[in-house]
Amino acid sequence: MKAFTQHEGIVAPMDRANVDTDMIIPKQFLKSIQRSGFGPNLFDELRYLDHGQPGQDCRSRPVNPEFPLNQARYSNASILLAQKNFGCGSSREHAPWALEDYGFKAIIASSYADIFYNNCFKNGLLPVILTEPEIAVLFKTLYEQEGFTLDIDLSAQTVTSDAGLVFQFELDQFRKECLLNGLDEIGLTMLKADRIESYERDRAEQHPWVFGAIK
Amino acid sequence: MVSKTLYDKLWDSHLVDENEDGSSLIYIDRHVLHEVTSPQAFEGLRLAGRTPWRLDTNIATPDHNISTDRLEREAGVAGIPDHVSRIQVQTLDDNCDHFGIKEFKMNEMGQGIVHVMGPELGATMPGMTVVCGDSHTATHGALGCLAHGIGTSEVEHVLATQCLVSKKMKNMRVTVDGELGPGVTPKDVILAIIGKIGTAGGNQHAIEFAGSVFRKMSIEGRMTVCNMAIEAGARVGMVAVDQRTIDYCEGRQFVPKGQLWEQASEYWRTLVSDEDAVFDIDVSLDAVEIIPQVTWGTSPEMVAPVTANVPHPDSQPSSDLRKGVQQALDYMGLVAGMPITSIGVDRVFIGSCTNSRIEDMREAARVAKGRVVASTVKQVLVVPGSQMVKAQAESEGLDKIFKAAGMEWREPGCSMCLAMNADKLGDGEHCASTSNRNFEGRQGSGGRTHLMSPAMAAAAAVAGHIIDVRPWLLEGSVTGVSQ
Ligand code: SF4
Repeated sequence: MKAFTQHEGIVAPMDRANVDTDMIIPKQFLKSIQRSGFGPNLFDELRYLDHGQPGQDCRSRPVNPEFPLNQARYSNASILLAQKNFGCGSSREHAPWALEDYGFKAIIASSYADIFYNNCFKNGLLPVILTEPEIAVLFKTLYEQEGFTLDIDLSAQTVTSDAGLVFQFELDQFRKECLLNGLDEIGLTMLKADRIESYERDRAEQHPWVFGAIK
Repeated sequence: MVSKTLYDKLWDSHLVDENEDGSSLIYIDRHVLHEVTSPQAFEGLRLAGRTPWRLDTNIATPDHNISTDRLEREAGVAGIPDHVSRIQVQTLDDNCDHFGIKEFKMNEMGQGIVHVMGPELGATMPGMTVVCGDSHTATHGALGCLAHGIGTSEVEHVLATQCLVSKKMKNMRVTVDGELGPGVTPKDVILAIIGKIGTAGGNQHAIEFAGSVFRKMSIEGRMTVCNMAIEAGARVGMVAVDQRTIDYCEGRQFVPKGQLWEQASEYWRTLVSDEDAVFDIDVSLDAVEIIPQVTWGTSPEMVAPVTANVPHPDSQPSSDLRKGVQQALDYMGLVAGMPITSIGVDRVFIGSCTNSRIEDMREAARVAKGRVVASTVKQVLVVPGSQMVKAQAESEGLDKIFKAAGMEWREPGCSMCLAMNADKLGDGEHCASTSNRNFEGRQGSGGRTHLMSPAMAAAAAVAGHIIDVRPWLLEGSVTGVSQ
């Protein structure tokens, strides 16, 4: 997994609550058996005026000029500022894959759906949680100031604006360590193979019906 | 001894290791796979040179993008018209064959929507941890197990290690006591709950559904309720084990028999929250106040009783909410203040992992019997959740009732729940749907979804618009709620 330590980048707005995973990456793109290539279809229905299909060349599609990511001031954005309950809906990991493939390194919102939040960490994408009033301040500044950038420091757990505003955020230490060091979670768990095996032995004694039924 | 909730008990019995910060290694008993969220996980295993930790824990089936058309199904995987879908289904078959994972292939008895097939085969049992790369995995919690959706990286993690890195959630209890009125079904109960607590109400919590309504509810009804816990923001929904749970499990294909059955069922009876267990959040609803529910907006929390009117943005307390309601009304093509029953429907979908079990089929058939679909309705799809449901329904003659009413009887799969196959809404079309999500474009680009129960959807098909089904059902009890 890619590590995330510190990132400074242009911020783009996604100014609505309950952005669901189907909005992030519509279902027709879930048919791919690859992990990459979802970026051009990120927010497909909001971003383009036609109906997107897998395998299409998106460069020749009509774009929706109203949608922030199509506007010059946000064209190189790598931080997405969003509202509450971001990423609700399905468990599709294609949502963080699409955000990451597009070039986003971090998202900032007041809350996330649990599965989406979890999935971000597996893909080197940092979902920052700030309070609703803090989010409101950031949206206001973002709209007022062209080329608005933020600096996110994972070790210090801070988000800093160029005007010097500093916001502190919380996250699990385990997740933080994995992200900071780009650790492979499967590899880490494999180090505990002995424990898993001994759990299995105990379990097989107590609840034997859990084992062996499906062949 | 410390009192524990059902969730606490399930968590504790699967704890393999705990880190200082509370993140833990949890053992997974059952892993259900389907074609959409598994290919990248298998690929990851291959690239890392890993093999599945245990084979007898995994069970797979294709459901999301297979055709529900009989002729296309008979042509096998090669007959799937969309070539990207075909590759995905073929990839699942190939991966399962390669790694030796038990799969119920597209046309085999046993195949079905993952959350219909698992419980019905007895692959999911009380007391287990059950995961699947699909957010509606909470469905299995109806059997008193700890079940939740996971992402594709986690699918790979479970395949490789039989464990998941997880953090304990908080406990939430939703109690519904009292008697449900005639024509009020499990679907109405869960929609009413979501209407009350909102789509983020259960975030970071495991919900236990408690109270007399759930005790009296059939296991299939409990599955409908637990299925939509995710729409209330909770990854986990569950109901404590009782005699109904044990009776439901007995005799199913993968459930133990003889001495093992005695041992298992004795243990399962302990899977209830202790009487004085403490929940972080307690919510309660009164059953008599629940009447059939219909969603009018683009989020499951935008729900109202069928007797109500579409809400007005101005009735909302904050500007954000007003904006949200207005956005939803614009998308849905509705006018504030209009009666819900004046909403016309273009198509009807009866199916999905929420409502495609035999009791749902019976509930819809009871309304459809002796009636015909309104001429203004373009299509009514009735899609059984599995091969077994299909066979059972046909043996009861339900397929004939649907066909006589002008409805289409299809092959099992997810179908128009998310429209990854050819079953879709057209732009601007309204659909009375028994599925679980009414997000923009969920059932087809520009499509407008109204969530409701199978009885209500069948009635909408006949009336041509949304209608209160209760007067049609006054003759007796409703399935899904055993009296
Ligand atoms: S029926 Fe719908 S919600 Fe259920 S698993 Fe299939 S696509 Fe997902």
